[in-house]
Amino acid sequence: MATSDDEEPKLPAHLELQRTRVVCAADAPSYTESVQYSGAYMAYGVDNSLRLEDFRKNHRVDIVSLNEEDIEFDIVGIDAAIANAFRRILIAEVPTMAIEKVYIANNTSVIQDEVLAHRLGLLPIKADPRLFDYKSEEENANEKNTIVFKLDVVCTRKGERIMNGSVKSDQMKWLPEGSEMPFHTKSKFTSYGSTQENLAGISSEGITIMYPDIIVAKLRPGQAIELEGHATKGIGKTHAKWSPVATARYRMLPEVNLMEEIQGKLAEELVQKCPVGVFDIEDVGSVKKAKVARPRNCTLCRECVRGDGWDKRVQLSRVKNHFIFTIESTGALRPEILFTEAIKILNEKCQRILTEISF
Amino acid sequence: MAATMELGSDTDPRNATFSISDEDHTLGNSLRFVLNKDPRVAFCGYSVPHPSENRINVRVQTTGIPARDVLKDALNDLTAMNQHVMTTFDSAVERFKANQGMTELSMKSGVTSQHSGSVKKP
Repeated sequence: MATSDDEEPKLPAHLELQRTRVVCAADAPSYTESVQYSGAYMAYGVDNSLRLEDFRKNHRVDIVSLNEEDIEFDIVGIDAAIANAFRRILIAEVPTMAIEKVYIANNTSVIQDEVLAHRLGLLPIKADPRLFDYKSEEENANEKNTIVFKLDVVCTRKGERIMNGSVKSDQMKWLPEGSEMPFHTKSKFTSYGSTQENLAGISSEGITIMYPDIIVAKLRPGQAIELEGHATKGIGKTHAKWSPVATARYRMLPEVNLMEEIQGKLAEELVQKCPVGVFDIEDVGSVKKAKVARPRNCTLCRECVRGDGWDKRVQLSRVKNHFIFTIESTGALRPEILFTEAIKILNEKCQRILTEISF
Repeated sequence: MAATMELGSDTDPRNATFSISDEDHTLGNSLRFVLNKDPRVAFCGYSVPHPSENRINVRVQTTGIPARDVLKDALNDLTAMNQHVMTTFDSAVERFKANQGMTELSMKSGVTSQHSGSVKKP
């Protein structure tokens, strides 16, 4: 007995291919667009709309690898529009803390103040941005919106050795009590109500620069740097130093199809052609047969479809609704938390507009 | 007003242009996707009128019901989709961490101590 699924009208094969795949021929990719309009296949009686139940049924996430810094996962059943929104938000709209103001008391190094300040801004800070508030220009710096780091180094000669020849990021000391500048006055650049150490969520190690061995400046004996860096919360859209990711990217799942059986010398040639080892040779009796062993490795260099007649034997394509997503965190938040934060931000955008149009 | 929202047409509620400030392709393209997937929408498109102005215009034309209602539904649908992606993602992470914890445990019982690194359980 036929089920209701069997009765559903199907698109002809060539249209289904255009709808679900990007075909990568030797000269150029084709069918790169995604067909969004719900009535696009009305003539075939095929409904191209998206209902939530269908979305829930087809959506899938598989984690490929995960550690402190990187995550790679497959996200299946979403459109490029949504995947790209997540990517864009990850790069430009998930907040982190970064040094925004640098008060320099002394700098006799060869690195100019402004260059030094820029370098300090780019240091990734290991502090959960969710514990802090944004600081506007008019607002006073307090324990909820500013993190203060102090750098005080003097380069000296000790016998043969030069001390503090290179200033590393672990010499940036966190001041949980707030700024100590200006030195000889009572009113300081920050007015903390309490020490930041008692702030809920601050780990026992305190706030540090993510990596201890970033070279901030180089000094010669007699030179010194004394400064304070004030970190505030911000987003990558304002300045890339606030971007929480080294990069966030996705690629569509590659699909490699052999259009005919490839045997013998041709099979060996095919294995030779591929620089990333997508193909393997299978021995069936005495015949050597090519098979697609690792399609995920495919970078779509299209070497395998180049040359005489090869475009007839191999077809390269990408699956339009299957994304291999990679996030490389700079360290403030774990990569899997970054992704959920990005989703929350997209939801906030929707909610904002909802409240604004329901007046 | 920090963010304004205006209907492009007073005479016909089925066709409207929504001007959304402080938004860009991130929301514009996802919203267009969700709206186009709605069978009640006859046409939907968006534009960034000027690159140095932080604003998008979303045009919605429907087959009958007011465009504003369709836009509301689209925003709710997008939120629901996001919510679903989030729960699916979270459970996938949980599953991965559990599996990794298992392999690490079996390695630990072997010889040397392993770095506990990424699989710290709360």
